Amino acid sequence: MSDIFDVVNNFHETKKEIGYVDFKSATEKDYKKIGFKCGLEVHQQLKTEKKLFCRCPASTYQKIDEYDAEVIRHMRPTLSELGEYDGTALMEFRTRKNITYRLKNETTCTYEIDDTPPFKINLDALKIAIQISLLVKQSVVGELHIIRKQYLDGSIPAGFQRTGIIGIEGEIPLKNKTIRLIQISIEEDSAREISDIGHERVYRTDRLGMPLIETVTYPEMLTPQEAAEACQYLRFMARSTGNVYTGIGAARQDVNVSCEGGTRVEIKGVAHIKWIPLLTHNECYRQVALLKIRERLLKKIKPSEWNMNVVELDYNKLTSSTHFVLKAKEENKKLIAVNLPNFKGILSHFTQPGKMFSNEIADRLKVIACLEHPNMLSSEMPRPEFFFADGDYIKKALDASDDDAQIIFWTDEYDRQIATETIEERCQMAFEGVPNETRKGLPDGTTIFERVLPGADRMYPDTDTAPICIPEKLIEDIRQTLPHDVCDEMKTLTEWGVPESAWTYILKNNLMMMIRRINYETDVNYKFIAKLFAYDLNHLEGQLKPSGEFTFSKVLGMFRFIKEENLHPEISRLMLVELYQQPNMRFESILEQLDFKRRDKEKLKSYIPLLSEKFDQINTSKEADAKFHWVMGQIRNKAIGNIALTDLAKIVKESI
Amino acid sequence: MADLFKGYKGNALELLKKYKIRVWSDAVVSTTRGEFAGIVLPRAENDDDLHIVLKMVTGYNVGILVDTITNMKEEGYKEANYKIPEKEFPYSAEKPNVKLFGTGGTIASRLDYRTGAVIPAFSPGELYGAVPELADICNMTTEKLFAVFSENMGPQEYITLAKCIGKEIENGIDGIVVGHGTDTMHHTAAALSFMVQDSPVPIVMVGSQRSSDRPSSDAALNLIHATKAAAESDIAEVMVCMFGPTSDEYGLLHSGCRVRKMHSSYRSTFRTIGDTPIATINKDSITHIKDNFKHRRKDRDVKILPYFEEKVAIVYYYPNMQPDIIDSLIENGYKGIVIAGTGLGHVNKEIYPAIERATAKGIAIYMTVQTLWGYVHMFVYDTGRDLMAMGIIPADNMLPEVAYIKLGWALGQADDLDKVKEIMLTPISDEITEREPYNGYLVFQGGIPEMEAYLKRIHK
Repeated sequence: MSDIFDVVNNFHETKKEIGYVDFKSATEKDYKKIGFKCGLEVHQQLKTEKKLFCRCPASTYQKIDEYDAEVIRHMRPTLSELGEYDGTALMEFRTRKNITYRLKNETTCTYEIDDTPPFKINLDALKIAIQISLLVKQSVVGELHIIRKQYLDGSIPAGFQRTGIIGIEGEIPLKNKTIRLIQISIEEDSAREISDIGHERVYRTDRLGMPLIETVTYPEMLTPQEAAEACQYLRFMARSTGNVYTGIGAARQDVNVSCEGGTRVEIKGVAHIKWIPLLTHNECYRQVALLKIRERLLKKIKPSEWNMNVVELDYNKLTSSTHFVLKAKEENKKLIAVNLPNFKGILSHFTQPGKMFSNEIADRLKVIACLEHPNMLSSEMPRPEFFFADGDYIKKALDASDDDAQIIFWTDEYDRQIATETIEERCQMAFEGVPNETRKGLPDGTTIFERVLPGADRMYPDTDTAPICIPEKLIEDIRQTLPHDVCDEMKTLTEWGVPESAWTYILKNNLMMMIRRINYETDVNYKFIAKLFAYDLNHLEGQLKPSGEFTFSKVLGMFRFIKEENLHPEISRLMLVELYQQPNMRFESILEQLDFKRRDKEKLKSYIPLLSEKFDQINTSKEADAKFHWVMGQIRNKAIGNIALTDLAKIVKESI
Repeated sequence: MADLFKGYKGNALELLKKYKIRVWSDAVVSTTRGEFAGIVLPRAENDDDLHIVLKMVTGYNVGILVDTITNMKEEGYKEANYKIPEKEFPYSAEKPNVKLFGTGGTIASRLDYRTGAVIPAFSPGELYGAVPELADICNMTTEKLFAVFSENMGPQEYITLAKCIGKEIENGIDGIVVGHGTDTMHHTAAALSFMVQDSPVPIVMVGSQRSSDRPSSDAALNLIHATKAAAESDIAEVMVCMFGPTSDEYGLLHSGCRVRKMHSSYRSTFRTIGDTPIATINKDSITHIKDNFKHRRKDRDVKILPYFEEKVAIVYYYPNMQPDIIDSLIENGYKGIVIAGTGLGHVNKEIYPAIERATAKGIAIYMTVQTLWGYVHMFVYDTGRDLMAMGIIPADNMLPEVAYIKLGWALGQADDLDKVKEIMLTPISDEITEREPYNGYLVFQGGIPEMEAYLKRIHK
């Protein structure tokens, strides 16, 4: 029996060695040390009635099992305009997927499945895109050229997405710095994946073709928090136009991360901004770990001398009865063993919290060779029972030495070659450091391999559309419609004295105009209105469920009522609780519900002597203010809406 | 000199000259809207002279409004070399030999900066580079006969093609594939059906509805299917091989005289009209639907009949058609007219005199139906009988385009109208069939519950 390598210990040692700092305790200094760098690609659906290049409705969705017909496609790589094949395209071709699209007549026409050339671009979408481009001070192009961006994963039935640059450069302000933008493009949204198992991938086409813009920043965010802040800004800015969709999936971001000496890795489709910090943190340290692995390997062997040995194992010679192996035998799969020279200690090297280098290989086997997880065993697993029992046979069959590591995987003949190539390719890449990849972010903050990062070679001019001129006149007209800059809005909030903790809610929900309007019509001060939204309403949304449709304009109605009835605005906080639950209730009824009665100053004052007397009888407190607070508490609900609480306090103080 | 500024004209050209910027320059352009950097691309001829096109480092193209440009500077030069990687097509003695004739179309194509559209590219090496699966099927040689879009195919091309096919067959080829644009593929298929008779090997026409420069193109799979049909099938007829459903699943082998393009853009655009296709084909097998086809033979006894009279026209009848339409054909010396009539084969009374003048002049007039499905039946109504009395000959269930090709071919070899009639009405390759099976007419109607259930079950 072979010596068993202490995998768990190695994992923790290597984690220490690369200097991994826990997310919660990481500081700006830690990020500076590893050279954290991050850029964003923010996708935002535009609020149009119809899709970008056909006349299907936008934002009408179908359920997974709701479809009228299915279409199957396979994708082949094609040349870019400059005569090159794109790396991703070639990889996707190797994976040989059967891609099935589920179509619903209501949401999909012959255009989405690439059976009809594009119709004219949706002008509403184009105008919104230009509007947002102008908001971030971009150079708007003179002529929009639609380009085909290849995607062979099947997310677009044509095999390419139609996209075009609206503007380049531009900038957005963060709290302490300015982030520059590379470009904004207008493009079609992709199909939504339903499943991806083995060689079968299934999509639905409802979202496909919806107009969206992609805003790309330079990699200038130097901490995970800055990345989230920039993303938040871009989202608020888009929403401030009132011309974009909100809600789940309407805005998605790809986050590009690298460490010093690392490579740009794209974390794709991050659904929530709050996930960005942890994902980018872990990705950056993953790169640090991969660079360490590279250093360790290069010390041992030259990549050109590194050769992988592969043999097929004989089930009859195995003594162990691992579940996976039994299952593989039952399914008539071949059991393949691979020797990785000098990889001892590498497979169990730390890469991300709870993940090690062997995960990098397993994830690629799933994506490229279509081997479903769990798809391999290795000599460096936390509990390598299999290798306890059959380690000697495997090592002998592979002619392995003690400094090597081994992988066992099971496959049918069809995927065998690609699987073997995939392992070899990933191990060779370990000598280079960090592979160019797009990765998928998981809710636990780690990432998995999604595909090879595509480059400029996947771009090809769209021969089905003519260039679209963007004349000066159009730009000037759109300039007239620009909403306030988010940066300016933040300044305004500061001037109003609205606390920063309230900003997100207000900007996210595009409430600045509403607050201005309420103030204009009712004279209630900005800060009060802002806080009512950001604190009171925000809290209610988390606690209660309205019985009908609650809209922000109900709040405007409420303030109008308060003004007409000559009530004090403070009652709005009590009314809102009822209004939110019963949005269709009349305001008079809400007052009844609150048991509100009109009482003038004198009337309120008249309650005080009796209360004061009562307090003296029951008082046990030695606090100087105890009497004042108690009386205020007793009288408060009677006063709200009738007089300002500050005035009430004065009266109480004078009278006791 | 002009070549330095490919496609640019007017204001844009002046500006490029002024700042000494050529096409393929890596340039920085300052404008009133901001600064842009990238490679200056050629401009399509039909586009305006108000913009200069740049490819930026991200791979995107943008157009810059000439009026906004304040300065341009060349910082480098990078000319694109668009070339499908060529690999020598492997040879294996056991594999059948297939000849691929190229006529144009998008079966293999590349970008054309002159028009901004795609143009055909073609060589065995390029094809092997793009579709390596072909080498598993056969040994392939190619010959580019023309490089035209299918709408530019005509009698001269039909004749050249037929002769070349004849020569290849005599030289012992095992199968022929003809790459062709899809728009008039059924015209050429009909022409070859008449001009190349008794072929001992399959002659398979193929094209693509989505050009091969897109990842989801049907070109590769169609070409694989067609090559397999040419190399391996037992069907020694002129056929069209194109997608069955719009899904990447299987192709159909259609008889060259019964097939028609039925949708302007769908992949599954070709349909056999009034009959069933001969077979289905996928990467692994050919499954016959019909069994009464001509079988592959070892001999080389092919007949090449390369005739065509160009003075033939199709007249698509419409209500209120005036006699001058027919008269103009008479005046211009036309020898044959195919009418696509309404219903069972009718036209209005107003053009009767013109028809009489035409037949009196010895013009051969044949009646087909614009319903496409069904036979001409001119005995049912008086109109039909009148027309026949005037000399119009019903062409049974010949498709209008096929009748046009056949009449051109018949008039190309005979002047005597009786002889022409004999040629026209003697079926050569299913252009006229004795019977129309019930499954020969299937135009499904969407929305009907049982149809919707069926559509959900099959792959479209």
